Amino acid sequence: MGGLGVGSSVRLLDVKGLRKFFPIRKGFLKREVGQVRAVDDVSFHVEKGETLSLVGESGCGKTTTARCILRAITPTSGQTLFRGQDGSVVDVASLPKSQLRPLRRQMQMIFQDPFSSLNPRRTLFDIVAEPLVANEVGTRQERVDRVAELLRLVGLRPEYMRRYPHAFSGGQRQRIGIARALALNPSLIVADEPVSALDVSVQAQILNLMLRLQAQLDLTYLFVAHDLSVVKHVSDRVAVMYVGKIVEMAETQRLFTAPRHPYTEALLSAVPKPDPRLRAHRIVLEGEVADAANPPSGCYFHPRCRYAVDACRQETPRLEEIEPGHFVSCHRARELTLRGVGQ
Amino acid sequence: MVDPVTDSRAAPILSVRDLKTHFFQDEGTVRAVDGASFDVPRRKTLGIVGESGCGKSVTARSILRIVERPGRIVGGSILLRRDAGNGRAGEVDLAGLDPAGYEMRQIRGGDIGLIFQEPMTSFSPVHTVGNQIIETIQLHQNVSVEAARLKATEMLHLVGIPKPERRLDEYAFQLSGGLRQRAMIAMALSCGPRILIADEPTTALDVTTQAQILDLLRHLQDREGMTIILITHNLGVVAEMCDEVVVMYLGRVVEQGPVDAIFHAPKHPYTQALLRSIPSIHATVRTELPTIAGSIPHPYNRPSGCPFHPRCPDFMPGTCDRSEPSLRPVEDGPGVSCFLYHPA
Repeated sequence: MGGLGVGSSVRLLDVKGLRKFFPIRKGFLKREVGQVRAVDDVSFHVEKGETLSLVGESGCGKTTTARCILRAITPTSGQTLFRGQDGSVVDVASLPKSQLRPLRRQMQMIFQDPFSSLNPRRTLFDIVAEPLVANEVGTRQERVDRVAELLRLVGLRPEYMRRYPHAFSGGQRQRIGIARALALNPSLIVADEPVSALDVSVQAQILNLMLRLQAQLDLTYLFVAHDLSVVKHVSDRVAVMYVGKIVEMAETQRLFTAPRHPYTEALLSAVPKPDPRLRAHRIVLEGEVADAANPPSGCYFHPRCRYAVDACRQETPRLEEIEPGHFVSCHRARELTLRGVGQ
Repeated sequence: MVDPVTDSRAAPILSVRDLKTHFFQDEGTVRAVDGASFDVPRRKTLGIVGESGCGKSVTARSILRIVERPGRIVGGSILLRRDAGNGRAGEVDLAGLDPAGYEMRQIRGGDIGLIFQEPMTSFSPVHTVGNQIIETIQLHQNVSVEAARLKATEMLHLVGIPKPERRLDEYAFQLSGGLRQRAMIAMALSCGPRILIADEPTTALDVTTQAQILDLLRHLQDREGMTIILITHNLGVVAEMCDEVVVMYLGRVVEQGPVDAIFHAPKHPYTQALLRSIPSIHATVRTELPTIAGSIPHPYNRPSGCPFHPRCPDFMPGTCDRSEPSLRPVEDGPGVSCFLYHPA
């Protein structure tokens, strides 16, 4: 379990003021006519051994945030301080490309689609051993042993090593993807929608595997997802994003039972509950997610917010810690009583 | 709401009996739907649930007779009971019609509307949304372009698309996911079908947009008195929307019953296991989920007997792997296809 504010906790990742703007270009000369503020001043930290989930709807910037942290794309500004396995802290966002490779061993990614993320022309051994080859780890025999060990770890038989991905089901392929991510003993795993392409009965198996591996290998997860039920099962803390900004961040249980941001409340209410006796009156948000290239004034959520007042239209709220560990970006966070789910 | 007394006496609007749709491929035959039977009650929402490969989408395509080659309906019947209000009254067996014939083309869109999962691929990218809806209307009704255009505007307005006159002349790629799905619904409903088949209508959408679309479907059903067949893998959506539920596994119906019975007193071991394994928003934080052992068998490699027996916790050797159970009612409750309730 992740330490919450206890003195012993170590920050594995500290993201400060992360921004990623994509230019919008038009015309023959490709002049820049605007910017999409995909990630706009996002700050959070992840403690060693915990799971932090980034949730939100499509286009809210959760995946871009994750990719910036891995330096798969270079952020526009901001810092991502990562504590390496040797104890030193480096800013991944500003590191020159040549120095990234040793860090990449320590942060790995699990992808959403187990069908397109595995090369169909390579065997399981080639796929899982690729990070070892790329980083020149071990001899061939050592790699074979390591791959066998990894396959056993994720619940696959080592004899499968010579087969190709097409012989495996979606759930098994996701296990292969996890084995590949674990090959270099990373400390941080970024999982981008790892179960959303899977069937329900298989989802549960993969989520259980991820929880077990975390305990066994002392992994830290940054989990990117849109499914709040899945998020609840795996996270210690949750950050809700809306149009490039974090609007609320808290310990999982607290965020679900006592949300303080109207968007979180609506999001929780919109999740269909698997119980016909709970057909409650849902909060149905009007309109659509704001355009990140042309966001509304003040609080980005105000055009859809049923609690909006004049201040919301004019002033942009700041992310404030209203209770220990509970951050909210809403002018009315302290006065509103919002509805959560569960006990 | 419909009076429950008269409604229970009314014959179901659609009865599927022992439907078999097989795909004949070089590697072998895939029995995508293999003896599915269920009734669709009038003016209600029937949910068909199951995981990938269970045959739920092929069932829907079989009803509309749009199964693509090498697939073919090889057995069973699909009885549609039309009421007098919509042209010719009486029963018709869709499985016996020519898929490309006049009558089937009238039923498709006219009596039964369809909305797909991915609205982006179901609209043509080179025709405006309006032209596609107008074309649908003119195929089924003998009206002028102007009248059809007026009707199309009305439909877009009905499904809650702002400024419908302008949206009519836009292309599908200019609309957001939610608006596109609304336009899809408008097109499906433009000829006043009595049955709407919605195949994963909200799977590609975000939760808040999903809530909007589900709300819209419910509202339209109340207003038009439509019957909805909702095909989904999302048990949350089923619980919120459906009156009746059909649970499918490997091409067969394993259980059918009222929504409350399915969720609170499931009978079939597969339904029970499926309900236990879904991540719930009400669950305790960071707990392991109960899982179903194994995975869905490969379609060429169907187990003998009950298709669920290799994964079933209540497997009875000698019975479940030898003979196939059939769907029969338990007490007066839902229908179940399992030897636990009907000894062989």
